[in-house]
Amino acid sequence: MSKRFLAAALLLSVSFAPAYAAKTSLVVGMPIEPPGLDPTVAAPVAIREVTWANLYEGLVRIDRNGKVQPLLAKSWEISPDGLTYTFRLQEGVKFHDGTTFDSADVKFAFDRARAPTSTNAQKQIFAPIDAIETPDPQTVVIKLKETSGNFLYYLGWGDAVIVAPETAENNKANPVGTGPFKFKSWTRGDRVELTRNPDYWQKDKIKLDSVTFRFISDAQAQVAALRAGDVDAFPNLGAPELFTEFQKDKRFSAVAGNTEGEIVAGMNNAKKPFDDVRVRRALMHAIDRKALIEGAYSGFGQPIGSFFSPNNPAFVDMTSVIPYDTAKAKALLAEAGYGNGLSITIKSPQMAYASRSAELIAAMLSEVGVDMKIIPTEFPAKWIEEVFKNKDYDVTIVAHTEPLDIDIFARDNYYFNYKNDKFKALIAEAAKTTDEKARYAKYAEAQKILAEDVPALFLFQLPKLGVWNAKLKGMWENSPVPANDVTEVSWTE
Amino acid sequence: MRRLMRLRWNSALIVGGILTAILIATALLSLVWTPEVPTRVRIALRLKAPLEAGLLGTDHFGRDVTSLLMVGAWNSLAIAWPAVLLGAAIGTAIGCAAAAWKGIADEIAMRVSDVVFAFPAVLSAIMIGALVGSGPLAAILAIAVFNIPVFARVTRGVALQVWTLDYIAAARALGKHPLRITWEDVMPNIAGALIVQVTIQLALAILTEAGLSYLGLGVRPPNPSWGRMLSDAQTYLSRAPHLAIAPGIAIALSVLGLNLLGDGLRDALDPTLRGRSTTA
Repeated sequence: MSKRFLAAALLLSVSFAPAYAAKTSLVVGMPIEPPGLDPTVAAPVAIREVTWANLYEGLVRIDRNGKVQPLLAKSWEISPDGLTYTFRLQEGVKFHDGTTFDSADVKFAFDRARAPTSTNAQKQIFAPIDAIETPDPQTVVIKLKETSGNFLYYLGWGDAVIVAPETAENNKANPVGTGPFKFKSWTRGDRVELTRNPDYWQKDKIKLDSVTFRFISDAQAQVAALRAGDVDAFPNLGAPELFTEFQKDKRFSAVAGNTEGEIVAGMNNAKKPFDDVRVRRALMHAIDRKALIEGAYSGFGQPIGSFFSPNNPAFVDMTSVIPYDTAKAKALLAEAGYGNGLSITIKSPQMAYASRSAELIAAMLSEVGVDMKIIPTEFPAKWIEEVFKNKDYDVTIVAHTEPLDIDIFARDNYYFNYKNDKFKALIAEAAKTTDEKARYAKYAEAQKILAEDVPALFLFQLPKLGVWNAKLKGMWENSPVPANDVTEVSWTE
Repeated sequence: MRRLMRLRWNSALIVGGILTAILIATALLSLVWTPEVPTRVRIALRLKAPLEAGLLGTDHFGRDVTSLLMVGAWNSLAIAWPAVLLGAAIGTAIGCAAAAWKGIADEIAMRVSDVVFAFPAVLSAIMIGALVGSGPLAAILAIAVFNIPVFARVTRGVALQVWTLDYIAAARALGKHPLRITWEDVMPNIAGALIVQVTIQLALAILTEAGLSYLGLGVRPPNPSWGRMLSDAQTYLSRAPHLAIAPGIAIALSVLGLNLLGDGLRDALDPTLRGRSTTA
């Protein structure tokens, strides 16, 4: 009897033990595995979602409200003509390999990113730079060729993090930054493990000892992992239809926030029949965005008529420019010579929002006599190869999650194959404009051009459906930049 | 043919026959009529319970589940039939050859069969999908490949027995070519066993097709498939369980029907085999 009592007491003490010490490990679930861990050489968002603010740091950072905050640069001055930026750097910052961070690293990182051979995905950040000077280890002076309205904001992105010359080449597989967490291991197809950086320059602010990113693409498995406690947080749940259940469950915080991601069905503008604006407009007219959001994302998400995030102050609603109107769609198709039908294909990646939207768009297009075949593809590897690099596609569908990325339609050789000199000039002007109001006006005009020209079918803004353990504090509710910043995360007990 | 006419009716045969007849009739009917256009998306009617909209409700796009199931039945058979027939044709030829010539030919055929048999259909579908591109063709080829060794073994087994019979010995003594013996004397005697095996393998093929489509390797969307209906239904299980139950029952009944038909046919065609397993 007493033995049994003892055993019961032991069991009880064991099961209560974890409640006394606050947990210091965190497992974050992500739907897509990054192809590498260097955000300065490739575009995929998953790279930033693991590394940004956790592993690497930039001169400045974007906070959870989308504002620019100092980070490795503790302060800066901008000359009155807007052409010279002088940054004062933090002292006592070390890279994970023990080398000291100073102005030479900043110069190296930016020169590497803007070199002609660089594969940096956002070269426009560095394009205005004329010269980088390092008068002393704690000071960086950046001279611009022309004014850049978004320069500081851009420096907060993952593409502009500071890497060290000794380690930069290996960052893809063995990342070394200045951030609060160090790289520990990467089990391909499963997880990336980070551990606390004991020499971090603001180490008192960090509550967690280890962070694990687990990659779970299947929505049902994501939910099962959350329910079983295998994953503490899923900042972007892949199953909107299951999100409402988490909202009712007290063990979880379920927050529907905004991302900067526009879901668009990009068209190959250089290829017949998409080189004809009438066809592109017809396809846009054939799509009922409200129904699409309901069917593909359980009604979460805002319809968009152009390529701009509704979170941005320069946003203008363009959904009425080419509204849902099947009669007009048919008329335009007939005018373009496709009155008897049109056969096209869509390369649809595996993400639920994409494959569901593709199926719905195919159904909607069939109502206006367009037969769209769905070809499944894999994001990112296969999609990057087939669509992004080789441009071997008719229509495709992905979310573009970088903030303020309307300029992708102004880039030469981007996968849309879209060429519009007027738009290009306008975007270049907007980027140079330092006056906020004037810049917003130019962005509004640019949004209008895209809405009318439809280089891609503009569908809806991707919501951020975050689910995490109710005891977790400090998770981001919105994604003003693609990130899983865990530097302010802690357990409440 | 005379043997088929003298069928000994049994309950397995009747139930299996009825279920299979319903399956085939539904599939054929779907070619000319379904209650709704199966691919028609009606967002306003999404996730309706059975009888609320249509007999079996609607799916996450508001498509009519009854219509999807009917066309799914056709798609299921359209993959399973050619796959099994292709596998049966090649497998039977190999089995007959092995039984006719024995020796080294037999040994090679059977060992190669063992190797092919070692690959699950899903694995060979992924390999074939990489070669010819994922889609219905890959599914048909994968299921066919998986069926070849099954038919090779069954055919060889029964054909070897037939080859020991006196009238075959007589035919050989008369100098009849092994190919003619196989065609004229062996085949009619093993046809019953093969028909039974075809029904059993059809059941397996339907199951495999559902599995492949569930994994996205079979019929392409938006063309309906029972397997993909199941996989789509997963995330809606708690909200709309009918989306998983309906294709689940359809698959179960079809497989059950074909298996019963196979068992019933075996008993009816050859009572000496009663109770023996026909699955390879």
